[in-house]
Amino acid sequence: MSVADEATPAPVLRRRWRREAIGPLDYSRRLWLRLTFLAALVFLYAPIITLIVFSFNDSRRNIVWRGFTFKYYEKALGNESLIEAFTNSLTIALLSTAASVVLGAMVAVLLWRFRFPGKAPLEGAMALPIVIPEICMGVAMLAFFARVGWPSDLIWPFNLGSIIIAHISFSFPFVAMVVRARLANFNRELEEAAKDLGASEWETFRDVLIPFMRPGLVAGGLLAFTLSLDDFVITFFTSGPDTVTFPVKVYSMVRFSVTPEVNAASTVLIVITLVLTALAMWLQNRSGQKAEELG
Amino acid sequence: MESWRRNPLVFWVINLPPSLWLLFFFLIPLGLIWIFSFGEKRGVVDIEITWTLANYLRAMDPLYLQIFAKSLWFTAITTLLCLAVGFPIAFGISFAPAKWKPWLLLAIILPFWTNLLIRTYALIAVLRTRGYVNFTLEWFWDQGNWLLALLGLGQYQLLGAQFEALPLLYNNFAVVFGLVYVHLPFTVLPLYAALERMDSSYIEASLDLGAGQFRTFFTVVVPLAKAGIISAVIITFIPALGSFLTPDLLGGTDSQMIANVIERQFKSANDWPFGAALSFILMYATFFALALRALLARGSSSMEAA
Repeated sequence: MSVADEATPAPVLRRRWRREAIGPLDYSRRLWLRLTFLAALVFLYAPIITLIVFSFNDSRRNIVWRGFTFKYYEKALGNESLIEAFTNSLTIALLSTAASVVLGAMVAVLLWRFRFPGKAPLEGAMALPIVIPEICMGVAMLAFFARVGWPSDLIWPFNLGSIIIAHISFSFPFVAMVVRARLANFNRELEEAAKDLGASEWETFRDVLIPFMRPGLVAGGLLAFTLSLDDFVITFFTSGPDTVTFPVKVYSMVRFSVTPEVNAASTVLIVITLVLTALAMWLQNRSGQKAEELG
Repeated sequence: MESWRRNPLVFWVINLPPSLWLLFFFLIPLGLIWIFSFGEKRGVVDIEITWTLANYLRAMDPLYLQIFAKSLWFTAITTLLCLAVGFPIAFGISFAPAKWKPWLLLAIILPFWTNLLIRTYALIAVLRTRGYVNFTLEWFWDQGNWLLALLGLGQYQLLGAQFEALPLLYNNFAVVFGLVYVHLPFTVLPLYAALERMDSSYIEASLDLGAGQFRTFFTVVVPLAKAGIISAVIITFIPALGSFLTPDLLGGTDSQMIANVIERQFKSANDWPFGAALSFILMYATFFALALRALLARGSSSMEAA
């Protein structure tokens, strides 16, 4: 590019801001495409950013800027039912993630390692929780727990059992998907070498396969955590009056009115989700790079 | 890959927990709903399974057919709008400089990781009568009046006697707007994947041979990206059809979708068999869309091979 610039100084001076004419394939430099992209970004981000900005606004009307304040965060922190809902959500997310990672890893290894009759139907069944509409899964869980007479008056955290079970059901297939993608890069000779050197099945699994799967397990776990923390529809059908989660609580607040307190609570959840997502992506990227280095 | 017979113990140890979990806490609940859909309501919680088709026939009632039609209509418009907006975006990203691509893509996907409920709530603040859009319009109205007064036309009330807020929330418009807002990232991803793989020398050849940008787009780019377009349509269509939260929070009384009717049967109306039948109709629609995708994908891949 610099050579071309030196060879043709006149046009460079004339249009310094656009070093070369737009070629027929330089679609990303065309103004209308850039404008579309910009408009899409405004469309996608403006509502979320205003929500965050107005959580710091010192006015209940939520529309004119009246100065910076933390008082709605303090209010949200002082709202006991909101904090209780938040604690419930975190507890559910932690427990369901732990179980989802174990179950998801089992499915991933099973489908990666073995040939067996009924494999295709099992794969199909494992994809079902990912594809069916959330509302169908929600009502199915509602009907199931009502039918089996699941006790609803247990002490905390056992009263969260039904929600945790539902969350595990929809998140472990996602974990399985992520871990399986990771396993696709595994060099089976490593496993064979370990076994040749006298490692038992369990030792090979613990010392060879698990360390290799770890980035996938962590990324899958973070995905499961985010899914659980974010889920509204399925939780809405499995939660009772004493087992309100954060999204369910926010839902009841939103139905009531639009207040800066909801903005503050939402902002906290957005930040948590974004941090976790960034962490998951970073880990996945890093593991991808490592795999490339090894391969 | 090895046969399970070589190591049955390991096979069963890693097979049974997830399979049983899926069976007990997913397939059996779904099966239960399926059986309920052939039942009859007897009292508040009693459901007798009589293998009647009455619940499915009731879903054919014009009242519910209209809701199905409305759901399909909303979903179709949403999918089309997502495609119309998503295609230029995906196209632009796939031709962007390599080091920018991941960041541009991330910028589009990031909102997808924000809680659906919060995104919908954010839209309420934008669209409601005293929301940002109407607030901005009112500001323009005030400025316009001021300008007219300055020009000596103040007494004619050319902009109306009073500012009238646009009804943007609690109607069909709000639902479609919300659905597009929520599902746009779903559309962009498969489109990008297809366009990224496309060999740009085809476009170059077409342009060199004298076809204009428009003609090249419709006769070269679109056919080459067909598989991605089909994926994008299905991936947007399926979740949009089953949407509950968007019509619930943004819609008015006449913008209900299937999921809202299902929710009502299970929560307030307490007619589980009918709700179960509606759930399964929605599920069959989903499976139909998935099957269609598989079929079309097979068709287009065999075309590529030929």
